Amino acid sequence: MAAMDTPGRKAGWGLIDLLVIGYALTPVLWIASLSFKPTSLVTDGHFIPREWTLDNYRGIFATDEFTRALVNSIGIAIIATVLAVAIGMMAAYAIARLSFPGKKLLIGISLLIAMFPQISLVSPLFEIERSVGLFDTWPGLILPYITFSLPLAIYTLAAFFREIPWELEKAAKMDGATQAQAFRSVIVPLAAPGVVTTAILVFIFCWNDFLFAISLTSTDAARTVPAAMASFTGSSQFEEPTGSIAAAAVVITIPIVLFVLFFQRRIVAGLTSGAVKG
Amino acid sequence: MLAVTAYPVGYAVWLSLQRYDLRFPAQREFVGLSNYVAVLSDGYWWNAFSVTVAITAISVAIELVLGLALALAMHRTLIARGAVRTAVLIPYGIVTVAAAFSWTYAWTPGTGYLANLLPDGSAPLTEQLPALGIVVLAEVWKTTPFMALLLLAGLALVPDDLLRAAQVDGAGPWQRLTRIILPMMKPAILVALLFRTLDAFRIFDNIYVLTRGNNGTGSVSILGYDNLFKAFNLGIGSAISILIFLCVAIIAFLFIKLFGTAAPGSNVEGRR
Repeated sequence: MAAMDTPGRKAGWGLIDLLVIGYALTPVLWIASLSFKPTSLVTDGHFIPREWTLDNYRGIFATDEFTRALVNSIGIAIIATVLAVAIGMMAAYAIARLSFPGKKLLIGISLLIAMFPQISLVSPLFEIERSVGLFDTWPGLILPYITFSLPLAIYTLAAFFREIPWELEKAAKMDGATQAQAFRSVIVPLAAPGVVTTAILVFIFCWNDFLFAISLTSTDAARTVPAAMASFTGSSQFEEPTGSIAAAAVVITIPIVLFVLFFQRRIVAGLTSGAVKG
Repeated sequence: MLAVTAYPVGYAVWLSLQRYDLRFPAQREFVGLSNYVAVLSDGYWWNAFSVTVAITAISVAIELVLGLALALAMHRTLIARGAVRTAVLIPYGIVTVAAAFSWTYAWTPGTGYLANLLPDGSAPLTEQLPALGIVVLAEVWKTTPFMALLLLAGLALVPDDLLRAAQVDGAGPWQRLTRIILPMMKPAILVALLFRTLDAFRIFDNIYVLTRGNNGTGSVSILGYDNLFKAFNLGIGSAISILIFLCVAIIAFLFIKLFGTAAPGSNVEGRR
């Protein structure tokens, strides 16, 4: 490749890169720009705000509606992520290490669920959760989130676990380490990146969900930010809540941007399931 | 997992066989297949169905081409590879609802930078075809990176040596793409297509925010949601849910049969 490293080629790639980056970021910058516009200028249609203000952010953090939703979002996403990754690890370990009857079936079923249309589950879950009292509670959302993210967790983790050179465990034992030692100081460090990656992907999934969030909640007891945004109202009846929605959108985008900035390599590796190594 | 999916699905089938309207709970009774007859003989279902199929087909096709280009760019770029990958991950990670609001305001007359490029008086989100175009745009923007990353994984499996050998033998860039890269990426492409098709078929968030399914832009998921939570008709809503489930199952089945994709599970099983 070094032979092709001419300045002309570099400039060409630079242009392409800029196009790609522009494509990816324009809508994000636009919503951020909206969130900094004062109410009077929100409808001026300029991409870059003429005047900057933080009023929209003050506005949403001043009300319970948004802060409650933010707490719900964070709490629900974290709990669901931890549980899904924990269960997923066991299943993935079994898939990667052992051969047991029904292994293919397990993988098949989990992929089936991953591709399952959520709306098909909404109506029965709505009925069931209303009758057992889970409707509009945290567990009421955590449960379906785990179900839908578990396949993703298993799939990604199994791909990572397959890459681990398990012979090392045997070698460590040969050198006198106990089973527990071999697991703790050889396997765990090797598996950690995969687990972190999976946790990020699952978190993004839970953070993102909208259909369950608007269907299975009715008050701010469990409503998450995406659902709350869709029901925002302006400070008066005749005012479109554009600024508040934009500000809320920016706030929930921040964690995603942070993840992407710090774990870019991990996320790419997770989505491509370890295939890039090699 | 089975408890949270199989049981509700069974329950949905059961609900779908009943007349059950939350506004008139006393009239709950077993009505057999008449909910399905009602749904399938109704224009709304077929409209939503064709809208969904159109959105799925068009957006997946665009995503495939764009995703492939993006994957090639990410794979081959000489500079700023990290920055490009980081930027591309943002659409993937961003909350769909937040992105959808961004598109909504971009196209709202007066407010948006894109709407202002259009002639005065046009409100694209209130007309069926322009609105569907915007839905496809929002969907493509959001999911192309996912497609690109799956394809990138396939691309990484193409050995550089092989490409260099082909180059030495006089194959041009286009020939190398169609004769070597694409055939070797076939499994990755098929898995990406399968995932995205099934995913696009259940499109909900984007449409909900962009148009609320007005003016004939509702997908089947929107139709199901409206019947459940606006009309409170659990019987009809469940029947729609089951029909969507069947559609998705049929799509998955066709993919696996027609294209001979080894069930996506075999991806996990090893092949590499």
